[in-house]
Parts: sequence; C-alpha cells; structure tokens
Amino acid sequence: MTSKKRRDWRAIGAFAVLTGPTVLGLGLFKYVAIGWSFLLSFNDARGTLDLGKWVGIDNYTTLLADEAFLSSLGSIGLFTLFIVPVTFAMSLGLAVLLNGITKGRAFFRTAFLIPAAVSYVVAALMWRMALFNGLPTGVANALGGLFGMEPVAWLSETSPPLYWIAVVTLRLWLQVGLYMILFLAGLQAIPRSLYEAGELDGTSRRQAFRHITLPQLRNTSVAVLLLILIAAFQAFDEFYNLFSSVQTGNATAPVRPPLVFLYDSALGDQNYGLGSAGAFVLTLIIIVVTLLQGRIVGFGKKD
Amino acid sequence: MALLTTRRPRNVGGYALATVLAVIFLLPFYLMVRNALVTPDQASSADWHWLPDPVSWVNFGDLFADESVPMASSLGNSFLIAIVTAPIATLLGSMAGYALARIEVPGRRAVFTFILVTLMIPQSVTFVPTFVVVGAMGGVNTQWGIIAPNLFNAFAVILFRNFYLRFPAEIEEAGRLDGLGYLGVYVRLVLPNSGAMLASLGSLLFIESWNAFLWPLVIGQDPASWTAQIALSTFLTAQTVNLPALFAGALVTIAPLVAMFLVAQRFIVRGITASGLKE
Repeated sequence: MTSKKRRDWRAIGAFAVLTGPTVLGLGLFKYVAIGWSFLLSFNDARGTLDLGKWVGIDNYTTLLADEAFLSSLGSIGLFTLFIVPVTFAMSLGLAVLLNGITKGRAFFRTAFLIPAAVSYVVAALMWRMALFNGLPTGVANALGGLFGMEPVAWLSETSPPLYWIAVVTLRLWLQVGLYMILFLAGLQAIPRSLYEAGELDGTSRRQAFRHITLPQLRNTSVAVLLLILIAAFQAFDEFYNLFSSVQTGNATAPVRPPLVFLYDSALGDQNYGLGSAGAFVLTLIIIVVTLLQGRIVGFGKKD
Repeated sequence: MALLTTRRPRNVGGYALATVLAVIFLLPFYLMVRNALVTPDQASSADWHWLPDPVSWVNFGDLFADESVPMASSLGNSFLIAIVTAPIATLLGSMAGYALARIEVPGRRAVFTFILVTLMIPQSVTFVPTFVVVGAMGGVNTQWGIIAPNLFNAFAVILFRNFYLRFPAEIEEAGRLDGLGYLGVYVRLVLPNSGAMLASLGSLLFIESWNAFLWPLVIGQDPASWTAQIALSTFLTAQTVNLPALFAGALVTIAPLVAMFLVAQRFIVRGITASGLKE
C-alpha cells in the first residue's frame, strides 16, 4: 500500500515536470490572454492595455455597424468561396497525377512542394514586382501580349476585380503542395487489392476513382477541407504585402480582409477594446463556419 | 510481385502534364534569381534577357547598404528567433506528449483537454489577446516577446502524444527494470529513440518561425527588433524601390530555408503527413 502510494507520487511528479511548462505557457498566452482581451472588449481601451471605462457592448455594436468591417467579412467570404474548392481540386489532382508516375516522382513532388518553404512575404514580392506588376514586361502582361492583350494594372484593377487572380494564384502556388502531400499519403494507404478487385469486374478508371478512391480518401478530404478553410479565414500576409504602401498603409487597398482590418484598428489606431471585440466576432464566425462545414461534409454522406 | 507491375502502358500524358506544371511551379524561383542578378536598367527594361548579362552582384551590396532597412541585423534576429523557438517548442511538445500518452495519473484527461482546447481557437485571431498580455509584460520590441508565445505549441503536443501512443512499450519496461524512474526513462531511452519525429517537428517549426510575419509585425515595431520578413516587407512597400536589391533580399531570405528544406525533405513530408491527419 505505501509503496504503491509512493510510486503514484513519483508518477504525478514526473507528469507535472513534463507537462508543467506547456500548461503554464498555454495558460498564460492563451487562457489569460483571451480572458483579459474579452474583458477589454467591453471597455473603452484606447492607447492602453489596462481596463479603461466599461462601455458594455458598444465596441461590438460599433464594429458591426462599420462598413469597412462588414465589407472585410464579405471579401473573405468571397476569397474562401474561390480558394477552398480550387485548392482542394488542384491538390487532389496533383496527388493523383504523381501517384500515377513512378519514375521521377521524387523530383515532381519536390517541385510542387518547395513553394511551401517560401514565406508569403517573398511570394507577395514576386507576384507584385515580377508576375503581376502591371508593366508591359511583367510576366502576366508579357504572356497576355503574346495573345494580343493590352497590359493590365493587375493589382489595382477593380472592375473587373482582376486583383483576385493575383491573390488566388499566389496562395495556390504556396499551399497546394502541402495538401497534395496529405492526399498522396492517403492514396498510398488505399489497399491495392480494392483496385484489383475492381479491375476483375471491368471497372473503368473513372469509375474506380469515383467508387474506390474518393470514398477511401474521405477522412483525408475532411481534414484537408478544414485546414484550407481555416487558413483562408486567417489570410493576412499576402493581402498586406500585395496592397499596402508606406504612404497610405492599407487605406487604398482594393480589398482588406478581416485580419488586416483588425491589425489596422488594434495596432494602427491602438484601439484595443475594438480590436478585442473584432477578435471575438471573428473567432465566433470561424467556429460556426467550421462546425457547419464539418456537418455538411462529415455527416452528409453515409458509409 | 508481378501484380505490382500491372500498370497501364506508360503514362505519357501524365508525364507531359507533370512537366508543364513543374515548370510553372519553379518559374518564380528562376525569376527571383534572374531579377536578383540583373542591373537596375535591365530589371524594368522591355529588352528581355533570360540570363543576366552582365551578372550584377552589386545588388547584394545595395541590399545591405540601404540604411532605411537594417537587413543584416534583421536576418540575425530571424536566425536567433528560429534557432531558439524550434528546438524548445519541439522538446516541450515531446515532453508533454510523452506524459499524456504514457504516464497514468489522475487528472490526465483534464490536462489533455486543457491543451486540446487551445487548438480550437484560430491561431492568428489570437494576435490581439496575445499582444495584450505580452505588451502588458513589457515584451513589445523585444526578441523574447516574439519568441515566448510560440514556445508552447499545442499542435506539437498532440502529434507527439499520438506518436508515443504507438511507441514500443518494451523499451520503457527495460529501463524500469534497470531502476530508472519516469524522468530517467524519458531522458535516457524515450528521447534518444524519437529522433525522426524530433527532426520532423523541428524542421517544420523552424520554417514556420522563419517565415512568420503577422506576430513579429505586431510585437516588433522598432527596426532593431525586425525579422527578415518584416525588413523585406518594409523594403517592398517603400516609396522608391531598388528592384534588383529587393529580389536579392528575397533570395537571401529564402536561400537558407530552401537549402534546409531540400536536405530535410523526408522528415518534413512525414511531419506534414502526421500533422494533417491528426484527426
């Protein structure tokens, strides 16, 4: 009895030593931070991180009445609507393509994956200064010129909103390889015997893809969709670096997603109450959308 | 064995498509190198040269000579931050992950939930709350202010927990029989046998830390605490831009990472695979 008890204490001690730093760190930088920020969101906290004057839900009503905030929600919605299905289809397509290739697969995998090592800042620099720079020598314009197109100022062209092409292609280039790797792992986990059985039954390639590959990839697909969606909602780096300038900041950007809006109001205007309220509104939206998507994708189909 | 080779006749279309796509994916890298080595005139000239002629190395000198952008010290900051953050965050993740997987104590479930919940909060939305706390602690414009919040990574904990759940128990039992305590088993036997997983997470966290933009931008407003990404971004959004020097900056910023990526690719792919399938 006593020896058992002493052993338990040793286990508890070891457990505490091993998990302690993480628990304390997350406690401070997540739980305390979010709690304090939540309190701030009900305060008039301009230029101060201390609780100022209690203003109830004023920050929330101000925010939800602010057209700039609402339009930022609209633009991130549009961005998500584009980027989620396109990223999903492209990464799955690339994975299937690579899976059908034996020689040189490692080279192609590297070629598609290596953009993932590049930061959004560097990618935005490339897109803004070389590919979509609006000069006749920019790559997009030079290519268009081959087909008789006039040079276009891609990043400031708002009707039609051609800047979306730059934004979307940038993100595709950067992240398609990551999700391709996940699909590739999923594809390689599918037992070959399933396809062999299908072949005996005379299944076509397309039928095999629909009735074997896609259902077998369901768990991977759900995970990938969630990851793409959450990443889309958190867009900041490329929008900031594609559109902002030293003179005007983000003010003249044709599109300002919620995190850039939040950055401007929390850090630019130093309105920490409003910024905190924005963080919570956004968190709530992300949680709701994620749950909805999980419901639609996760429970819509039956096994 | 014969079954494995029952592939349809050579997939010519597949190779052609993959080649075209590979060229497109690699094009920005070519442009980066090309534009970093041309003269300022050639950078925006309509007279296109595929290869820079003459090769202009002064752009790298210009990059570091620009006084409005402290590129050298920013690169130093980035390196320091990544080299501190990645190993510590990996080690802390391994420690907590091991305890959660293998040490049975009352309340383990609660600690697991406590950590798991932080994963559900979208990370970049918490930049305001985190700024509030780090700012109140006096971390604005400091390197520890950039580093500290990223040392505690719930994602790493969960990955390591999954890894240790499948860890062979015999290793630990052997250590127990030799009289090692829980911590002894972890330090002497478990950690040395986690090499691949440590390398995988470590490289991923290094890349993440090196490329981070939003948090360093928020907390490091003073040029002395800038990271390479912030310096580059400032350079990009400046009024007048020396184009070849800007591309030289991009090249200098990604070169160490791409080199590491090519070397550690095997581990990185494993890490990505593990992290994507956490559910």
